[in-house]
Amino acid sequence: MNREEVLEKLTEIFREVFDDEEIVINDATVAGDIEGWDSLMHITLIGTVEDEFDMKFAMKDVVGMKNVGEMVSLILEGMDS
Amino acid sequence: MEELEYPFRAEWLMKKKRSLKKQLLAEEGISFLKKRIAILGGSTTDEIRNMLELFLLNYGIKASFYESEYNRYYEDGMFDNPELEVFAPEIIYIHTSARNITEWPTVSDSRECVDRKLDAVFDKFAGLWGHLEEKYHCPVIQNNFELPFYRLLGNQDACFFQGKVNFVSRLNLRFYEYAEKHRNFYIHDIHYEAASYGLEKWSAPFYWHMYKYAMCVPAIPYTAYNVALIIKSLFGKNKKALALDLDNTLWGGVIGDDGAESIEIGQETSLGQTYSEFQSYLKELKQIGVLLTVISKNNEDTAKTGFGREDSVLSLRDFAAFTANWEPKDRNLVRTAAELNLLPEAFVFVDDNPAEREIVRQGVLGAAVPEIGEVEQYLQVLDRAGYFEVTELSADDQKRSEMYRANAERSRAQAQFADYGEYLLSLNMKGNIRPFEADYMARIAQLSNKSNQFNLTTRRYTQTEIETIAASERYITLYGKLEDKFGDNGVVSVIIGEIRGKELHLDLWLMSCRVLKRDMEYAMMDELVKVSKERGISDIFGYYYPTPKNSMVKEFFALQGFQKIREDEKGNTEWKFSIPEIYEQKNNVIQVNGREKQV
Repeated sequence: MNREEVLEKLTEIFREVFDDEEIVINDATVAGDIEGWDSLMHITLIGTVEDEFDMKFAMKDVVGMKNVGEMVSLILEGMDS
Repeated sequence: MEELEYPFRAEWLMKKKRSLKKQLLAEEGISFLKKRIAILGGSTTDEIRNMLELFLLNYGIKASFYESEYNRYYEDGMFDNPELEVFAPEIIYIHTSARNITEWPTVSDSRECVDRKLDAVFDKFAGLWGHLEEKYHCPVIQNNFELPFYRLLGNQDACFFQGKVNFVSRLNLRFYEYAEKHRNFYIHDIHYEAASYGLEKWSAPFYWHMYKYAMCVPAIPYTAYNVALIIKSLFGKNKKALALDLDNTLWGGVIGDDGAESIEIGQETSLGQTYSEFQSYLKELKQIGVLLTVISKNNEDTAKTGFGREDSVLSLRDFAAFTANWEPKDRNLVRTAAELNLLPEAFVFVDDNPAEREIVRQGVLGAAVPEIGEVEQYLQVLDRAGYFEVTELSADDQKRSEMYRANAERSRAQAQFADYGEYLLSLNMKGNIRPFEADYMARIAQLSNKSNQFNLTTRRYTQTEIETIAASERYITLYGKLEDKFGDNGVVSVIIGEIRGKELHLDLWLMSCRVLKRDMEYAMMDELVKVSKERGISDIFGYYYPTPKNSMVKEFFALQGFQKIREDEKGNTEWKFSIPEIYEQKNNVIQVNGREKQV
């Protein structure tokens, strides 16, 4: 998978989790841009991403994650290993 | 909703919870039972609440929640808490885990020191439970403790008194002893759940340190599901009966083709052993009061030969009903339900054939139709699904199969009488009809939550409400017990009336369908009139509120001699009975409260 494909799949996940078919995300997207992306939904989001991409984030990565772009990078790394 | 039935996909549920909730709330024709649930957490509980809400909605229970602040379970429950008092919980769930144990043993502790620590942890909890019981009078559900996620003493952690594993095991036993002595106190077994999920994954420290969840987030649906099972059981939403297919469900092979001698059952083959184990499990279910019935596409005589084998675990006597014919199974299920005076939705349909399952799913709304998988999975799927979750193991439950067999005997006895009245007399029925008494409060509350068909107002009461009403001068209450020569049916009818001056307004009148057509309702009416007269009542007002299930009592008050005085566009009706100077007893077949029958 390349970055575009990951971002595409991630978009689908965001739409399902936040129950909004019109969500569009890019590398710069942060929690404040998406309605309902609070700390609680973040947990659901992380869990769903791990499940769908069949990988696990390390705690230090989750703590330091700043935007969607970083999430995409971490997913790509996680899938490699 | 199929997605919320066991076996469910936990990750998928977490992902879709928002849209699932919307769908459940939008479903039409469901009148939700509304309940207030307080969650007192020793760790984060948000997702537990979310998932619990979904599973309960799926059981027809719409919960509102009170949630303690993170790890304030003790303070919130133990000390003055106006918010919780106003909320008036109907269930309190204490979600704690081994993460909440602060007094762990250390290797330098003496035996006495560890015992003291154990007492300290237990006493703190017991104090909380006692306070909650006194203050809120509602069922308390308490997590036990999962095994610790590491073992300092390795394997010996289990048996050395300094070991954490040992400490948790002893603590759990103390909890169970408390549960045994206290009604309205229920253990939620996270210990089993964690083991079943896999302790290593379940207690991954990531989730504690990141989010302060006691367990890994993907395991939350299983925990919520099990708590929901306890709650739906307490509110009378358990299933009551199994409708079982035969070929490739209770034994391997097709009996019509292979013959009884060639089906797979017994200890000779692996498959045979697996079917036998499943049959043994069903027999155990029968012992906790689950009714077993057969619905099979077969010739009846051929089908029955399967249970004639010496190595068959189940015998024909184990079944409350047996249907083998070539008609559609959904129709057979509805007929079986009617025979047993049960609602079709009280059934769990077990069949290896997906096509049959689909027919029943479409044709019998509300019945559970699990995807049971392969024979080696049947037992675990049924068991984990918790259709018959036990919250009370009463003598009544263990006797239930007996009661239904007694009913079958009654039917046979009835066939010998041309006159139904003579048959009723032959039963030697004895009724006990009295104001609510302490021994029966739990059963009365249970009946108010369980009875749907013979129920005029379908009002639901908690045990606390029942006790308050019983103690109040403003109400007339009656419960009715009925026994006959075939057995004791226990408490089967309940009336609650509110006194307003010289008027009595009936808030509740219900009867268990177990005793339909036995004239018990007339005996209740007679006693109601008698008691009302003694209290100076001149008129009794009855109310009928239609639901999808209680049409059988639409004209009930007319039968009892009430006059209809009002009806609205929804079909709600109001009835009036003016107590005459001389009231003629309606029942003359049941001997009530030891008095001679009036013939």
